[in-house]
Amino acid sequence: MTVEPNWHTFFFLLFAGLACAFAVAVVITSNIVRMALYLIMSLGATSGLFFLAGADFVGAMQLLIYVGGTLVLLIFGVMLTAQGPFISMKTSGGDWIVAFLLSGCLLALLIPAAFSVPDWRGRGASRADASAADLVQHDTATRLGMGLLGARVDRLEERPEHLKGGMSGYLLPFEIVSVHLLVVLIGAAYLARTKRRASNARQLG
Amino acid sequence: MADYLAKHLPGWLPAWLADWLPDWTVEVAAYLIAAMVHCLLLLHVVAVGALVFIWLERKVAGRIQDRLGPTRVGGKFGWLHTLADGIKLITKEDLMPAGADALLFRLAPYISFCASFAAFLALPFSDGWVAVRLNTAVFFILAVMGLEVFGVILAGYASASKWSLFGAMREAAQVVSYEVPMGLCVVVPVLIAGTMDLVEIGRLQAGWLNNWLIFHDPFTFITFWVYFTCATASVNRAPFDLAEAESELVAGFHTEYSGLRWSFFFMAEYGSMFAVSGLAAILFFGGWNGPVPVASMLGLTHESGWLAGYLGNFLGMLNFVFKCCLWVTFMMWVRWTLPRLRIDQVMKVCLKYCTPIAAVTFLGAVAWTYLWPGGLLDLRSEPYGARYAEAQAPVDAAGRPQEPVASAGGERLAAGDLAGAESR
Repeated sequence: MTVEPNWHTFFFLLFAGLACAFAVAVVITSNIVRMALYLIMSLGATSGLFFLAGADFVGAMQLLIYVGGTLVLLIFGVMLTAQGPFISMKTSGGDWIVAFLLSGCLLALLIPAAFSVPDWRGRGASRADASAADLVQHDTATRLGMGLLGARVDRLEERPEHLKGGMSGYLLPFEIVSVHLLVVLIGAAYLARTKRRASNARQLG
Repeated sequence: MADYLAKHLPGWLPAWLADWLPDWTVEVAAYLIAAMVHCLLLLHVVAVGALVFIWLERKVAGRIQDRLGPTRVGGKFGWLHTLADGIKLITKEDLMPAGADALLFRLAPYISFCASFAAFLALPFSDGWVAVRLNTAVFFILAVMGLEVFGVILAGYASASKWSLFGAMREAAQVVSYEVPMGLCVVVPVLIAGTMDLVEIGRLQAGWLNNWLIFHDPFTFITFWVYFTCATASVNRAPFDLAEAESELVAGFHTEYSGLRWSFFFMAEYGSMFAVSGLAAILFFGGWNGPVPVASMLGLTHESGWLAGYLGNFLGMLNFVFKCCLWVTFMMWVRWTLPRLRIDQVMKVCLKYCTPIAAVTFLGAVAWTYLWPGGLLDLRSEPYGARYAEAQAPVDAAGRPQEPVASAGGERLAAGDLAGAESR
């Protein structure tokens, strides 16, 4: 297939290559903090792909949640549990075999899935570029917000008249998820609180 | 700008060169030139800004402590003092501790600097004067500024020094906690405007100063001060500068750094100060819209030609930069006035004061926006979210707008509902 070189393709290849290269680096290196660094780089490159596709909200989300989350993982999971400086992780042969099996299965699942989308195959490449350019509309976040609230503003034109009333978007799932998160947060605060016995409390005054 | 260049670049080249070059090279070149212009401009904002602010910090510190501050290098006021410092830093020996993790040690300052710099990509300096206009600019800026701490933590860890590691851990605890109230505060103006697009938020506040969002209702007024406290903590400035507490940790996370590499941390710090002040200026103080609408009074709008529009935008930019500098100066004033907090006090301020106040003002602002969307003085143009909802609402045969959804309970979608969804 011949893809006309343009900046969009160039940056796609750049970010995709970076994401893959850093993902491989995560596997290869044995120093845990460097692993976390490469993981952050890989996730950051993935967010670059999202920005390239015009999905600003998802891209920023990726930065905030995944990259920021890895940061917290780095701090609390690694640094606070380490016994000495610059710890490294030794992987045994068995670990490698299990990891290869698992990731091989996932890869075997993903590759056919990726190639089963007609738009992504062969001659569709130039069309995909054109649609990517169309995607860069600067109100994606507003549409997402409206969709979560219950108004699928992007779909109003596509449906017959009698179905429009029932298009209530994703308000209910959104509310369920937010209440669920609130419960999790309260639960975490409950588990992490100081457990002081009554006698100790009396002694401390 | 890239599109403009791609269209006109072949015309500017000599004819034989334009014929010989394939089309895609012109497009790539146009894109690269446009990107470089934006990046270089912003890089100058960060670098020159740091130079000026470091000089200003010395002057402010001097005046507060009843001294003169720098007076000799470059004339009466010591204008060139920072530049002389920069030259000194370049000539310094580049040290690295023997036990350090060399790769991470070298990388850390650049990570800090890049994170601080990336925030400027989405920060508008005037109406439409922004490198990348993002629909989620507020969110993006908060996300990338949160990454700055990563450089600090890596620096502290890779230095193989106890001072540095203590500094890094303090910074981590502090920044991770202060992100919560800061996020809550930033949501309030977003909620009133109904969008996370900073350009739209700025436009909403056009006109006189009573249109500024800080005067929208009592809750936004309180929110600003909570935001400013949290912003000071998140950029690691005194009284929250525990990560580098000189009296306890030598220099905290940058104890082992020297020379130019050390100065990158400072460029990042001053860059972030400017960025959070810019965010405050746009979210609460009208951005480029002054207390008095000078540009539109003089007729400098886009309606009266591109030159007038450009000049008006330029005035707006000066206005914006002035507001940013004002808040940066305020941070300096605070730094040289208040003593440093202890780590438990830092946590207490965040968890016991800032977070509850931010949560209460958030709820209050939601209620206020629902009851009186126009705000206290009711002189505002309609929020972006409401305009968007109206524009998207289906129109029935008679031209009357229908209710867009069944689930909104018959109410027209207000801006607050929109932003509330985005914020969570």
